[in-house]
Amino acid sequence: MGPGRYLGWLPGLLTAAAVAGTPLGEAGARHLLERTGFGAPPVQVAEFSRLERRQAVDRLLADRRTVALQPPPPIAYERLSRLKDLSEEERKAVQRELVRQGGELRDWWAGEMLRAPTAGDALAEHMTLFWHNHFVSSQQKVRSSYLMLKQNELLRSQALGNFGQLLHAVAKDPAMVVYLDSATNRKGSPNENFAREVMELFTLGEGRYSDSDVREAARAFTGWSIDPETGDFRGRPPIHDGGEKTVLGRSGNFDGDDVLDILLEQPATAEFIVAKLWREFVSPAPDPGEVRRIAAAFRGSSYEVRAALGPLLLSPAFWAPENRGILVKAPVDWVIGTIRTLDVEVPDPSPLAFALRQLGQDLFAPPNVKGWPGGEMWINATTLLARRQLIDRLLRGEEMPRRPPRGTLDMHFDSAAWLQRYRDRASVQQALLALPAVQPPAAGASGLELLRALLLDPVFQLK
Amino acid sequence: MERRQFLRIFPAGALVALAPAVSVAAPQHGRLLVLVELRGGNDGLNTVIPYADPLYIALRPRLGIRRDDVLQLDAATGLHPALRPLMPLWETGELAVVQSVGYPQPNLSHFRSIEIWDTASGSGEYLAEGWLARQFARQPVPADYLAEGVLVGSPEPGPLAGGRAIALRDIEQFRRQARLARSRAAEGNAALRHILQVDSDIVRAAARLEAQQSFKTQFPKGALGEAVRIGCQAVAGGRVAALRLTLGGFDTHQNQAGIHAGLLKQLAEGLLALRSALDELGRWQDTLVMTYGEFGRRPKENLSAGTDHGTAAPHFVLGGQVRGGLYGAPPALDRLDGNGNPAFAVDFRSLYATVLERWWDADSAEVLRGRYPPLDLLRA
Repeated sequence: MGPGRYLGWLPGLLTAAAVAGTPLGEAGARHLLERTGFGAPPVQVAEFSRLERRQAVDRLLADRRTVALQPPPPIAYERLSRLKDLSEEERKAVQRELVRQGGELRDWWAGEMLRAPTAGDALAEHMTLFWHNHFVSSQQKVRSSYLMLKQNELLRSQALGNFGQLLHAVAKDPAMVVYLDSATNRKGSPNENFAREVMELFTLGEGRYSDSDVREAARAFTGWSIDPETGDFRGRPPIHDGGEKTVLGRSGNFDGDDVLDILLEQPATAEFIVAKLWREFVSPAPDPGEVRRIAAAFRGSSYEVRAALGPLLLSPAFWAPENRGILVKAPVDWVIGTIRTLDVEVPDPSPLAFALRQLGQDLFAPPNVKGWPGGEMWINATTLLARRQLIDRLLRGEEMPRRPPRGTLDMHFDSAAWLQRYRDRASVQQALLALPAVQPPAAGASGLELLRALLLDPVFQLK
Repeated sequence: MERRQFLRIFPAGALVALAPAVSVAAPQHGRLLVLVELRGGNDGLNTVIPYADPLYIALRPRLGIRRDDVLQLDAATGLHPALRPLMPLWETGELAVVQSVGYPQPNLSHFRSIEIWDTASGSGEYLAEGWLARQFARQPVPADYLAEGVLVGSPEPGPLAGGRAIALRDIEQFRRQARLARSRAAEGNAALRHILQVDSDIVRAAARLEAQQSFKTQFPKGALGEAVRIGCQAVAGGRVAALRLTLGGFDTHQNQAGIHAGLLKQLAEGLLALRSALDELGRWQDTLVMTYGEFGRRPKENLSAGTDHGTAAPHFVLGGQVRGGLYGAPPALDRLDGNGNPAFAVDFRSLYATVLERWWDADSAEVLRGRYPPLDLLRA
């Protein structure tokens, strides 16, 4: 039992002062990894348990990966208007191909999450998903795997980069242009969809702007469109409204970039983003004072994402005992995190995306522009049973090894090798659960029986 | 789902006023609601047909149902011939046909539009919880119920999202899976309490589903017949407030005629089997059945002998207490919008208000976030 084991049980006030300079220990390392990546791979727990908080967060933020590990599937731009000129047979063939590409794209991303080699890579992947759920676009409307892939590459390139630059780039991202109807926003008949969502959901938050701000901003964004031949962004000066606009009290002949800069000047934008990061990484109830403090640093850095994440992960609240195990694991945590935590070998990760979809997190297809509601909404009778079913299959595969039917998840879990890392029941439990088990395993339980009890415990749903 | 979640959508001041409502005993919850989702966008114009309108056949030169084949309900309106099994219900006055159901600023995306229906939201607002979940948060179902709702045919909770619904595909399989759940007292932080509550719901439902009822009713083959069979098994096993059945495949962009006729036949036979099985259980008199779906289809047929996404559509309401007849208004084919779609005459939330106020004697304004006039289609 290392020092970190005690850490979780100390009263909140003590921890901040007492543990500076103290290694995280296994419980601390597991907490940091589960919250920032996907699961807590044993090798990384060992690595981070020896570090102090600041060292650990520095190491997590030191990686500079901005591109995917594996090459994305080869997907070319498909001009959908071409479908009109095809025979029904040809059209069906094209549509089948588009569905196939969509599947490949989801599998590829699930594979990226699964295989992220370092804790920093896992955080970059987690942040890519965070931005996907912030700057939402959905394949269901965009209907182009090519454009969704390009958007994913953009989100990935700035995942831990600069929020301001990302905002400007997303506003001109072709998938977003299609998703929020910018392509139909023209001088004289503006479409306000993007202008409204950019204020409500991407920057300021609800109630921090007026309807007039939305109307005026929509005029500034007129003419932002895509070239249907290539799928690239294209500005169309003839349908851009070059007149004077007034947005949030500022007037001028603004274009869309000017409006985005005005939004970035507002302290509300930094606070809105930091509060959302807080709910993602710390707890469902952001602390207003802490949010203001971290938001000031974020804005002061011209929106460097690391300038927000660093103080957030070093905040006393992130480590506070009362904030351990209070977040519901998202499907990515459940499926990919569990596989990583248990060192399960997955020869073909492609069915993972299907499992995510079953549990309600269909990659590239959040339900609406507000993204996945998350939290307790992840868990209902169907998804809870489906989650446990995956664990059951994982352990059954171990109990009676046989080839699974094609298309289902093929997993190899070497429980004996995994259990060997831990000296006793308490350390096995600590490696898996953020809080004490609701139903403590039977006194004599060991091996697979112990694992089964812990993985099926309701606390395993939490991180 | 924490019950507080529902209250959060109201401004803080409203909380005090709302709080007493939660303790009110559930009224009329012995009454069952069966929702039948027609997924994909049912072609309403070829379901309930304005056969006397010359614009109908002009818009549907290939897909239009010939006047002689229409099952006439009155001098202007008739049903698709595949719906013939419903005619006895029409004749006994147990079938209400509500025409032109929709909502303002219609959204033509399947996903967004069904979300609007499921959450009873306006076109521009985003709510996470389903309208039935909001109702049951306000007036909890009795503790001895199997569940608030049972979903068959699709596990997506839809109108029950955020509530305590159980999805069933196969009762035996559910009971097997439920062995992985344990019923325990809710304790710990909010997230943990929620999970423990869902676990208890599963155990409760599984325990009550043990007794398998056998029916004399012949359930038709096909997805809906199977969903009706499983749904009736659940109703036989224990009380539920709502049953949601789903029939998919209505997104008929191409070669619609045969596909659509097959689906309507399934629908009619399924509804008839539902009636017969609930009659066996002695439940038909306290059952209200209602169809719903994201939208109807465009009046003008497309070049692939199909139809594209539309807006308003007719829906069916049936049950032992229903006063049969035509409600709403026929589609105004002479006044289509910019996309070529008809305006709505009945807001879908008026159907929900009918369920809440007239069927369950509940207030509808808080659940529906506004007043929508209920329809006068129940006898008592």
